[in-house]
Amino acid sequence: MNSNEDYRTTALIQASLRKRYARERRFRLYGMLAVLAGFVFLFLLLADIIIKGTPAFTQHYIKVTVDFDRDSLGLPQNFTSEDLARADYGAVIKRSLREMFPDVSIRAEKRRLYRLISIGAEYSLRDMVVADPALVGKKRNIWLLAHSEASSYLKGQVAAATEEAERKVKDVQMRWLNALREEGRTELRFNTTFFLAGDSREPELAGIKAALVGSLYTLLVTFCLAFPIGVMAAIYLEEFAPRNRLTDLIEININNLAAVPSIVFGLLGLAVFINFFELPRSAPLVGGIVLALMTLPTIIITSRAAIQAVPPSIHEAALGVGASKLQTILHHVLPVAMPGILTGSIIGMAQALGETAPLLMIGMVAFIMEVPAGVTDPATVLPVQIFLWADSPERGFTEKTSAAIMVLMAFLIMMNAAAVYLRRRFERK
Amino acid sequence: MASRMENSERMGADKNVTNRTVTDAHSAGSGGSLESLHLNPDARGQETIGSPFVKRAKMSARDVNVFYGEKQAISNISLDIAQNEILAMIGPSGCGKSTFLRTLNRMNDIIPACRVEGKITLDGEDIYQKERDTVLLRARVGMVFQKPNPFPKSIYENVAYGPKIHGLAQNKATMDEIVESSLRRASLFDEVKDQLDKPGTGLSGGQQQRLCIARAIAVSPEIILMDEPCSALDPIATARIEELMNELKENYTIAIVTHSMQQAARVSQRTAYFHLGELIEVGETKEIFTLPQHQLTENYITGRFG
Ligand SMILES: Nc1ncnc2c1ncn2[C@@H]1O[C@H](COP(=O)(O)OP(=O)(O)OP(=O)(O)O)[C@@H](O)[C@H]1O
Ligand SMILES: [Mg+2]
Repeated sequence: MNSNEDYRTTALIQASLRKRYARERRFRLYGMLAVLAGFVFLFLLLADIIIKGTPAFTQHYIKVTVDFDRDSLGLPQNFTSEDLARADYGAVIKRSLREMFPDVSIRAEKRRLYRLISIGAEYSLRDMVVADPALVGKKRNIWLLAHSEASSYLKGQVAAATEEAERKVKDVQMRWLNALREEGRTELRFNTTFFLAGDSREPELAGIKAALVGSLYTLLVTFCLAFPIGVMAAIYLEEFAPRNRLTDLIEININNLAAVPSIVFGLLGLAVFINFFELPRSAPLVGGIVLALMTLPTIIITSRAAIQAVPPSIHEAALGVGASKLQTILHHVLPVAMPGILTGSIIGMAQALGETAPLLMIGMVAFIMEVPAGVTDPATVLPVQIFLWADSPERGFTEKTSAAIMVLMAFLIMMNAAAVYLRRRFERK
Repeated sequence: MASRMENSERMGADKNVTNRTVTDAHSAGSGGSLESLHLNPDARGQETIGSPFVKRAKMSARDVNVFYGEKQAISNISLDIAQNEILAMIGPSGCGKSTFLRTLNRMNDIIPACRVEGKITLDGEDIYQKERDTVLLRARVGMVFQKPNPFPKSIYENVAYGPKIHGLAQNKATMDEIVESSLRRASLFDEVKDQLDKPGTGLSGGQQQRLCIARAIAVSPEIILMDEPCSALDPIATARIEELMNELKENYTIAIVTHSMQQAARVSQRTAYFHLGELIEVGETKEIFTLPQHQLTENYITGRFG
């Protein structure tokens, strides 16, 4: 009441002030530490993947003096273009290599010599000759794709100190490769194959495109099903459904579904879509449907939360000027809720992009060399491809695995960027 | 010119009212009267004093009860709103003014727990009949809410939205005209004419309230319900809104909730006094403010309460 008491209150507040500020500082520190820890782990993970993965984006070529000898090609005197397509280019490469290293005579050594060049080189030679039949009988210096092991040695990934028996690249091959390098017959080029080809048994011929396109188709199917159905369900449950025992039950079930292990959805997909409806196995269509079922609960739950967060005053404002319920929802509620809905959907889609287990159940684990041309073609997806490559014994696939992870992450970042862009557009309005 | 004079005279008179209010509140002392009023058993279950019914009723409510779940917010209210009049509703906070106002355009429908009993008619037709269309009703009975609630869209879109969905403007030029005249009448146009594409939520509280008024009058409703439209406005904007109401009265019917006795006295023809969910007294504004019949009304308007 009097000034004396005022003074005491001030003193009390001041005494507590120091404690309060200290607590605040500590709280901030903990927060910063948590963020830092997160960043350190993320950095380690990314650094590891990038260091392991970047070599996969380049591969070596070896300049070979190719002798397009008609006999070695096994062509008749008057050959047709059909003959050219069937000619023995492997023999040509082998002969050319032998000519380059004439002192190789033992059969085992010869075989090692041939292993310097990828078998893919045969096909590129064939394409060259079919395109230009005049090459037959000529000699040309041609850059041929190196075998993945040779390339890996040239990249410096093979330690010469290890026992020869434990290395894929033998001493003699090292000598040849060193000689080629000194002559300027080796070259490191950007690996276009990785982005343009499907899977292959040979690491240097394996590419990510089939899996990338497979993922794209699968996610397209997932999005086209899960987004509209999820948002519609959320709108109905929030805005139209009566509150009663039945809707409560539905709500509980949706929440439970969100927690069901994804492999269960895979089994469901196998039983229902493949065995009962006889949809094609290994196809993005079925994969997309299964993943849509899996992401639906996530989208419904987050969309409902976003719709619920729209202030009721906006409802009132719209209804107050005579908007119908649907107009209120479409013109006012949805635009305000859209950023939240998009965030939820992108979380669901990111989950779907990284999902492997349910897709294994429906056969999307196949060895896919062809880039799928539609949602019913056999396909695989990025995480399954990563799984397959990580499982391969060849060292050439190790770097491919990390590179595929990088592609997967780039895909994810692009998806997120699209969502952020859309969200901005909605928020600006 | 004459009306101006009258207005300013009235304002002067109101100052006296304010002064008296303050002194009365002081002399009333520790506020004991406030509690005794709340607990006063006489305030419950009695007939409305005055004349709730009029000859040319635009809207009329009969025996209206409103419940929020178990809780009764309004009991047995019967009240008419005459054509081309301004009806003021006054009463202490929480007495059910907003609730009653919202029953008039079925705004309470969207509150799940809310239940409305009784009969409310607009031009003789029961608005609570099942097949009655709430969209049409709300287009005819517009509303300005207690809290300003502009759409999170541009100022232009805020005003144009109603006319757009009802198809009131055939082309862009007509729409521009509607938007401009609505903003002018809400005395907001000069402040925002250069930023019509800026979000309405970025305006000040008072500007937002005027934007909501512009939005409500843009659809030319027959009746406008205003829930404390001037609570966030300065005296100048308040005076303009009151002018607008006077002007609108020629063609429209207005029901306004207000906490300002002076405003009720200035703008309204009839005044209704609510207390704890009941309609205590209703009558000609002049009479209510000069010769209140009920003790509660007198206490309230002389400032011994509220
Ligand atoms: N949505 C609601 N749910 C439950 N009770 C409500 C709701 N709205 C209002 N009430 C109750 O109904 C009674 C009347 O409220 P109302 O908003 O009509 O008062 P008011 O006269 O407008 O008050 P004020 O002058 O403060 O705006 C209050 O006791 C309030 O608690
Ligand atoms: Mg109110």
